[in-house]
Amino acid sequence: MRLTRRYRFAASHRLDVPAFSVEENRRLFGKCNNPHGHGHDYVLDVTVEGPPDHTGQIVNRETLDTLVRERILQRLDHRNLNKDVAELAGIVPTTENLAVLIRGALSVDWPLASRLKKIRVSETDRNMFELEA
Amino acid sequence: MFLTRKAEFSASHVCSNPDWTDAENRAVYGMAANPNGHGHNYVVEVTVEGEADPLTGMVFDLRELKQVLHEEVIEPMDHRFLNREVPPFDRITPTTENVAIEIWKRLKPRIDGPKIRLFNVRLYETADLYVDYGGGA
Repeated sequence: MRLTRRYRFAASHRLDVPAFSVEENRRLFGKCNNPHGHGHDYVLDVTVEGPPDHTGQIVNRETLDTLVRERILQRLDHRNLNKDVAELAGIVPTTENLAVLIRGALSVDWPLASRLKKIRVSETDRNMFELEA
Repeated sequence: MFLTRKAEFSASHVCSNPDWTDAENRAVYGMAANPNGHGHNYVVEVTVEGEADPLTGMVFDLRELKQVLHEEVIEPMDHRFLNREVPPFDRITPTTENVAIEIWKRLKPRIDGPKIRLFNVRLYETADLYVDYGGGA
């Protein structure tokens, strides 16, 4: 059985590879390369798998909410992904790389870490990235 | 091939275990343990797996699926207080997980045949929380 919980955060980013020329970055990332950055309302779906425990829950809602709030939302919500998130220093903040960071943060050091099944990050409602745990 | 049909029902519930103290229930279920209950607009998505009949071109008659959903889920649960009016939730806490399992149990015998089987029940408690149940543990 799986439970999926949805979270939201708003953040800005700019896609740019410093080693590439202005023209190459422009060609590769298009408008996402605009120098001052831009933002999205990201949607994060966290899926946990396992049998319900004696409380009838796969995972306690407050436990999951607190975990995601402390490890993800407080660090990413209303932030500039290029400038405010240490783990993304030197990494292009594509949603692919963001998904890897989020999965890493949720995969360890909590009682049900082994039950994390997948995460899905939507940059807009047309672009979604899924990662199995 | 997978066929999914969606239905909605609105119901109230309270998540608490009668053997626990109020403080214990509060610690486990938070606001969902408020004793007089609260409500949700539940959305259920039922997925049936099967092959399309070569004659009719259908996996499962949609009218029949709608009727089964109505009889087993909507009619008994819509605009009800699950804990008080819908067994087994008088003795089983109606968490999203347990409601999904109960819906599965009700639908399973009605959606079963040589060429079709109930594949998944997805139950949204809110737009931000859902569970998937496909039988088993």
